[in-house]
Amino acid sequence: MVDIAIIDYGMGNLRSVYQALRTVAPTASIVVTDDPQEVDQAARVVFPGQGAMPDCIRELDMRGLRAAVLHAARTKPFLGICIGLQMLFEHSEEGDIPGLAILPGRVVRFTSNLRDAQNNKLKVPHMGWNQVQHGNHPLWEGIDQNARFYFVHSYYVCPQDAQFVQATSCYPQPFVCAVARDNLFAVQFHPEKSQGAGLMLLKNFVNWMPV
Amino acid sequence: MLAKRIIPCLDVTAGRVVKGVHFVELRDAGDPVEIARRYDEQGADELTFLDITASSDDRGILFRIIEQVAEQVFIPLTVGGGVRQVEDVRNLLNAGADKVSINTSAVLNPQLVADAARRYGSQCIVVAIDAKQIQPGRWEVFTHGGRKATGLGVVEWAKKMQALGAGEILLTSMDRDGSKIGYDLQLIRAVTDALEIPLIASGGAGTLQHLADGVKLGGADAVLAASIFHYGEYTIQQAKQYMAQQGIVVRL
Repeated sequence: MVDIAIIDYGMGNLRSVYQALRTVAPTASIVVTDDPQEVDQAARVVFPGQGAMPDCIRELDMRGLRAAVLHAARTKPFLGICIGLQMLFEHSEEGDIPGLAILPGRVVRFTSNLRDAQNNKLKVPHMGWNQVQHGNHPLWEGIDQNARFYFVHSYYVCPQDAQFVQATSCYPQPFVCAVARDNLFAVQFHPEKSQGAGLMLLKNFVNWMPV
Repeated sequence: MLAKRIIPCLDVTAGRVVKGVHFVELRDAGDPVEIARRYDEQGADELTFLDITASSDDRGILFRIIEQVAEQVFIPLTVGGGVRQVEDVRNLLNAGADKVSINTSAVLNPQLVADAARRYGSQCIVVAIDAKQIQPGRWEVFTHGGRKATGLGVVEWAKKMQALGAGEILLTSMDRDGSKIGYDLQLIRAVTDALEIPLIASGGAGTLQHLADGVKLGGADAVLAASIFHYGEYTIQQAKQYMAQQGIVVRL
């Protein structure tokens, strides 16, 4: 049986996700797959995403992977990354499209002409290392408050229900950068590119036993 | 708060890291995988690899370097040099690059930037611009490693690349490259103010103050440097501590 399936729907590069998981789980069997059956059979599922959300949703459906994602998100340790977080919600401003509606809420864009406290222009995409203020979910174990993670995104999630929020970051206003519900956890940043803190989060995911 | 990034740049040819002055006079700086690992340990925020010969023989070597680095280093990797078609972008991403930098080919075929951004997302498309001052307050885009003038104004060109889907601009002053007299702050300021997307300043960093100036005076979102790190003058950590003392937010 496969320990970890990384869902591949043709959007971008999954090699770094694979490499990072391989590093924290050297003996696990890890596959990068577009086969719904393989996703169904895996013990844990990682749902990454890059590029534009409308393309991601389209490619996911073209490969017949939607049902497998919905099933995994309900039943087993599931980690969404970047667009893999955004797609879990009901609607996105990007392309004005519906998402997978696993969690209630919307995805919205950073407004243009953002300024910091010193009146410096803030660029969009929000790109680089930002501090994360997190809750006490098992996936944060061993990770300092305000640890920095690598972000690159122009849209962010607005969950309807605050109880699912597991972390926020600021740009310049606070925005949600991690959510969790039961067996599901999802982050806006890229743990696979966030050096020590990122590898720690992935390691915690690999060892996570949701009740 | 979002940290300003420090990005060491590794110019690679025939499997070695080299560094030139004004784009010529190459000097050997060591093994790329070893250097990448060292910079990662010192706290580099990203790494940029530029294949400065981009001959077909060297291409295979570059792919193996990127593969090896991506297995060991978990920070964003940008790779550029010789990217001519969407397939080149795909191959570099598959080798382990997180972003691909496009320079000459963006001028020859701007549609490449649009196609690559559409296919793989703006987040992984960096447009590199080599700029040369032609009169006070005016800079022109050069291609082919700085040998060919294009007639394009740098600010207008950067805005066009943003409109076509570039996620970031890597701006190199050819007048300053390898000179160690500091970034062209006027150039950086002019371009960054015209953009919504992040700008990486490059060309001329010789002291830690130059790095700080690139951010504080130039308004860059990230600073790229090669020589000052390659030859052991400063570590990345020293650079970050220096910048932090100047009130710049960095990842320590």
